Amino acid sequence: MTPQFDCAVIGAGVMGCTTALFLARGGMRVVLFDRGPLWRQASGVNAGTLTMQMTRAALVPYALQAWEMWMSTPGWLDGGDVLARARPGLSVAFTDHEVAMLEERARLRRQAGAPIELIDAARAVAIEPGLNPVVKRAGHCPIDGFTSAYLTGRAFRSALVAAGVELREGCAVHDIAPGFDLRADAGVLRAQRVVLAGGVWLEPMAAWFGVHLPIKTLINQLVVTERLPPVMRTVLGVASGLLSLKQYENGTVLIGGGWQGIGNRETGPIAVHPENLLGNIRLAAHTIPALREARLVRSWLGLEGETADALPAVGRLPGIADAWMIGCVHSGYTAGPYLAKLLAQAILGQELELPLFPIERLLTQEVA
Amino acid sequence: MAAATCAALHGAGVVLLDENAVPGGQVYRAAVPGVSGAPGPDARVGDRLRAALLASGAEVRSGQRVWALGGGPLVAPGAAPAPYRVDACTDAATATIEARSLIVCAGAHERIVPFAGWTLPGVMGLAAATILLKSQAVLPGTRTVVAGIGPLLAAVAAGILAKGGRVVGVVDLASRTDWLRQLPTLAERPPLLARGAGWLARIVSAGLPLLSGHRIVRALGADVVDAVEVAPLTGGVTRRLDCDALCVGHGLVPAIEATLLYRAEHVFDRARGGWVPVLDGSQRSTVPLLYAAGDGAGVAGAAAAPLAGEIAALAALADLGLLGTADAEQAIAVRRGARSRPARVGAAMSAMMAPPGDLVDRIPPDCVVCRCEDVTRAEIETAVDVGARDLNQLKHFTRCGMGPCQGRMCGEAAAELLARRVGSREAVGTWTARVPLRPVPMAALLDRFDYADIPIPAPAPI
Repeated sequence: MTPQFDCAVIGAGVMGCTTALFLARGGMRVVLFDRGPLWRQASGVNAGTLTMQMTRAALVPYALQAWEMWMSTPGWLDGGDVLARARPGLSVAFTDHEVAMLEERARLRRQAGAPIELIDAARAVAIEPGLNPVVKRAGHCPIDGFTSAYLTGRAFRSALVAAGVELREGCAVHDIAPGFDLRADAGVLRAQRVVLAGGVWLEPMAAWFGVHLPIKTLINQLVVTERLPPVMRTVLGVASGLLSLKQYENGTVLIGGGWQGIGNRETGPIAVHPENLLGNIRLAAHTIPALREARLVRSWLGLEGETADALPAVGRLPGIADAWMIGCVHSGYTAGPYLAKLLAQAILGQELELPLFPIERLLTQEVA
Repeated sequence: MAAATCAALHGAGVVLLDENAVPGGQVYRAAVPGVSGAPGPDARVGDRLRAALLASGAEVRSGQRVWALGGGPLVAPGAAPAPYRVDACTDAATATIEARSLIVCAGAHERIVPFAGWTLPGVMGLAAATILLKSQAVLPGTRTVVAGIGPLLAAVAAGILAKGGRVVGVVDLASRTDWLRQLPTLAERPPLLARGAGWLARIVSAGLPLLSGHRIVRALGADVVDAVEVAPLTGGVTRRLDCDALCVGHGLVPAIEATLLYRAEHVFDRARGGWVPVLDGSQRSTVPLLYAAGDGAGVAGAAAAPLAGEIAALAALADLGLLGTADAEQAIAVRRGARSRPARVGAAMSAMMAPPGDLVDRIPPDCVVCRCEDVTRAEIETAVDVGARDLNQLKHFTRCGMGPCQGRMCGEAAAELLARRVGSREAVGTWTARVPLRPVPMAALLDRFDYADIPIPAPAPI
């Protein structure tokens, strides 16, 4: 059987969709699988924050490039608007301990290229009048922002169809034999290359190839308010990274920050953790006091993967020719389009603008 | 009320949480203080149920909005089931209750198939009109059109007339033959038939235009409704009825948020109002120690509900070891027998309330379906064109169902529109149930706190 596709991508979130899109535009015949509808796991349910101040320092150069991509989606993503908006970002500190953390983290990110300046309370309140004036210090990054994550899938889907990617939604891949023969819900399909882009499910996917790649699963909680009159105009976080707060143009305020809910990789999200919900909204209401007047309308959970060193896995699957992997990125949504564009460049044999994040460092190879 | 009363009388520690100020639900809704409620069979039955509840020893917590549910099966993977956890709030504070078992009697919400002008002020649901009438003794308007399908139609029209109001038209989707076809079933419950006949007699003697087999084409008005256009379903002349209120409803939909949240199995059963939890013969859901009764378990009407509540309570008592299995089974069997006839009649009424399918087809393209987020039918159709195949993807693609009503107003119409394109309601699925179950004020949750007391987790890696 000759390969029907030049490349099969498994997992239709930000990583898989962007990789598939750029591979197809590079001339490859691409099939993209997801066991559910596209863009509905972490990529569709995250907070849509495009911030340098929650991005790991080593990822800042990538996130800066990705930020430009998000802000210019009409130029490369022809499937619709993702409501990307540039906003100033603040990371605030309320205690001396948080001030120390803020200064250290801002320094590391600034070294990596993020334009973060440290400002005092008066300046912070001038930039964000909704901010609690008891703030001690803040990191200010003029190029933060957000998208509406739930809308991104729609834009990508149309772009993928236009680029000629064959979409297999609701079609799980169960196993991959060398060659590659993909055993999927819809039967066996042959592809010359494969890209694993399954988020927290990269661990079981790597096991198809006998590769043991431990991935920790985070169960991040989010909660959104009803539409409110304007209460804030920045993208807000706290020094520890445990708050992400923004008000969309429709008036809703999204409260996140990675507080943990109940669930795991096998079961998926199970339930919001009530005490963590309370902690998260207290932190939000402390930061923007006007939120006390809001009503919460919905909460949900998303699964985020984390590698042993909490840096991405983007590159070749060691020991297996033509098998690639991309995922497990803190703030993966922010940096995703650029990382996936790089991976597509690597697969297409083009020169890379920035290096990938090789998988070898993360492996404990199974004994054959 | 019946479930709590039954469980408490058998010695269980029972707490009953209810959103309203006084127990009674929708059918047995009590008048607010200072308003004399309408005397009638509903008031008498409601008072009797309330008195029994009060005497039973069950702890009644009224005015409590249940906004979160947890525990039970919703625990960390591999962990043993936890006690059920119910978080209920007033506007000012929230409280948590734990219980070994949970009986959900959440009732139904109203289905309204959108039509042009349905979002105008002055247009309200039939159920909303009954709240006005029963609890506040307030008329919906000075000249009201009552429209839609099912027994509520006649009940609301008769209720308005009884309060001295004016009804300028009853616009019934059902034809006279549809009603006549139900007569044998209705005749199984003479009191209901008598009430129905009484409503009809009142409507007829008032000389109202009773337009059977008619639909609302559109509601008209600049800022508030000032007229409706109606037309026969079979086509023909459109006529105009001047009015300042339109009460309209197309049946009832079981409120399944709680059973969905606990991941109990559900099936789609159009005749019982839509998606309903899968129950055994004793109201047990597929989740241990979780029960459902009343219209939230499948619309079967008020007469069948208390018996279902008692059956659920007896099943829970047996499952908790508070009542011998044989005794429970015997008591359940008696109630099951007593329930069969009212349940059959209620189910027939529910089936009749299912709106004719072409009502959804007639939603105009520019008509707003999701009124919280201003999503039109055309936008829903476009979202399907670009790949939405289930209700939750539709929500992502359009924001339909993301507003404060949490999809309760638009969900039925959106799901029907989607089902027409993808094949079935089963394929379309349900909204994912989310906490909060109702919008909840932050102020009620936050309470007083110091920043230092917020248990902020370890910082994210840098």
